[in-house]
Amino acid sequence: MAELTYRAAVAHGIAQEMARDERVVLVGEDVAGAGGVFKTTVGLLDRFGPNRVIDTPIAEQAILGAAMGAAMTGLRPVAEIMFSDFFAVCWDLVANEMAKTRYMTDGQVSLPLVVKTGNGGGLRFGAQHSQSVENWAMAVPGLKVVTPSTPRDVVGLMAAAVRCDDPVLFFEHKGLYAMKGEVPDGEVVDELGTAVVRRTGADATILALGLMVPRALAAADELAARGIDAEVIDVRSLVPLDTRTILASVAKTGHLFTVEENPRLLGWGAEIASIVADEGFWTLDGPIQRITTPHIPLPAADSLEDLVLPSADRIAATVEKSLQT
Amino acid sequence: MTASPELVQLLTPEGERVEHPDYDIELTAEEVRSLYRDLVLVRRVDLEAVSLQRQGELGIWASLLGQEAAQIGSGRAMAETDMAFPTYREHGVAWCRGVDPLYLLGLFRGVHNGGWDPYEHNFGLYTIVIGAQTLHAVGYAMGVQRDGAETATIVYFGDGATSQGDVNESFIWASVTNAPVVFFCQNNQWAISEPLEKQTRIPLYKRASGFGFPGVRVDGNDVFACLAVTRKALADARAGQGPTLVEAFTYRMGAHTTSDDPTRYRMAAELEAWKLKDPIERVKAYLFKNQLADQAFFDKVDEEADQLGRDTRRRCLELPDPEPVAIFENVYSGPHATLEEERDQYASYLAGFAE
Repeated sequence: MAELTYRAAVAHGIAQEMARDERVVLVGEDVAGAGGVFKTTVGLLDRFGPNRVIDTPIAEQAILGAAMGAAMTGLRPVAEIMFSDFFAVCWDLVANEMAKTRYMTDGQVSLPLVVKTGNGGGLRFGAQHSQSVENWAMAVPGLKVVTPSTPRDVVGLMAAAVRCDDPVLFFEHKGLYAMKGEVPDGEVVDELGTAVVRRTGADATILALGLMVPRALAAADELAARGIDAEVIDVRSLVPLDTRTILASVAKTGHLFTVEENPRLLGWGAEIASIVADEGFWTLDGPIQRITTPHIPLPAADSLEDLVLPSADRIAATVEKSLQT
Repeated sequence: MTASPELVQLLTPEGERVEHPDYDIELTAEEVRSLYRDLVLVRRVDLEAVSLQRQGELGIWASLLGQEAAQIGSGRAMAETDMAFPTYREHGVAWCRGVDPLYLLGLFRGVHNGGWDPYEHNFGLYTIVIGAQTLHAVGYAMGVQRDGAETATIVYFGDGATSQGDVNESFIWASVTNAPVVFFCQNNQWAISEPLEKQTRIPLYKRASGFGFPGVRVDGNDVFACLAVTRKALADARAGQGPTLVEAFTYRMGAHTTSDDPTRYRMAAELEAWKLKDPIERVKAYLFKNQLADQAFFDKVDEEADQLGRDTRRRCLELPDPEPVAIFENVYSGPHATLEEERDQYASYLAGFAE
């Protein structure tokens, strides 16, 4: 068992897969010599060499397009889009090309590739470098979408993503890179499409993703002090989605809250709220409540960014108020 | 359009062989007759597809009329292990790669998404989004480069695509990685209704020098020249000399697709002028003049073309409609709970209409 930062866990997870499978290559801007602008690929160039850890021109469409082509030769590329906001400049490759290739070749072409990216706010990077865009990816059939919230999950889900024969969008949370956590020794492999109950509780179910997981856990501690026993589920995988774990928890607590960093409209929690309203309606004892960032671009100022992202206090207050009425 | 230092031409529109200092080609009579046959057959399949669309049997069709030489010449230049990435108009290249035209028709009939095995034919799926395939080709080339394979990649795109970011990014990548890729641009003068001058103020092949690799303009209606130039570019790629941009100077004699009406934006005289440079007529003239084929040969090819047209039509109409629930297949590599649930709901919904 070793304690790693979330950022070091990214490199650790990629290294685990590169060492196991020589078909795994890493491509992106600044991923080689610089070790990544977020230092998530430090040491990989030295260990695996420039033929497998490849610095690319500043051309996001080409990073993804070439990763696709390389995957067609049998490689299993891990491509980095530095900030998830930059998906906006290469979305054709994501939504029209890699997501649809299996379908449009009648299953004859697989694209076993991972697109890793720095997602989310909290670092005062402003409106174009702080977005949570996992719900964009969730809307495109053919993609799988994961967001780890702990160093252990970074390693395990990266392994699962690399070994998956579908394109996987791997959303690292920039606000969690400095977080430390235990990572077991030896090979760590997780399973896509599985949520994890981080805290068990009887009174309310709180769903969270990425940076919102530690905040939801902090909120649960606040609530416990006020006599409310909240269950916190780390959704981890938006596609596939572990509806069984979510519905079982709601059946137990009767109350559902989603904590989403994405702007409100059509955030991932809206889909889950719809599923629970459909399939778990008779287990609910109160309305489903979504706690989200407002439907605005993120401000850069620290005080303003703190104001708009869901905080532990806001989560706790929302849950408490809802249960009291 | 006549031979010049800027334009590689080995066969004039009148069917005269001409020499070029950098490119030459030795073809047996049998090889020339075979090229002629391919040109005629793909034009015939294309014509049948246009007719089928007009009769409501295909949703849409992008005709290759006028571009047969560029496609057959470059397609025949490929080695078996070379990989091609097409647009949606490369019916002639598909023919050269052994893809049954029925697959192309089925795609535009909407009964499947293409269906041919890209690895069996080394011919990728038709790419509808303009220019995206240039990036796939470069990535593929970088992959085979790492395998140490003597394989070249060729990617097709049009004059309009050269304005796309994808294509320019692919040029940069291919250049700095010395990727074994041939960029085969069929400059057919029109991007739907936009003439070439909307895309560029220099000849397209000259753009290559800015990216650091050779560019060459070839008479795209000259199947000999297209074959020779592409063969050399592919050989250079396989030999580790990196990318080449080939600009095949040709003309889209038909509409952009069956949804387009070119009479609204271009002059009839332009089409008439290009008809005089027809890619098939010059090969026919060459064969005649040099007594490499007789009338019986031409009659036989025409008969074969008509038979192919009839067979293609019949087989197209016989293509089975897919089961509606098949739309849930191949979204993911394995089972997916949400999709299975949706498929079951859809199946039971459909079953509700049964007697």
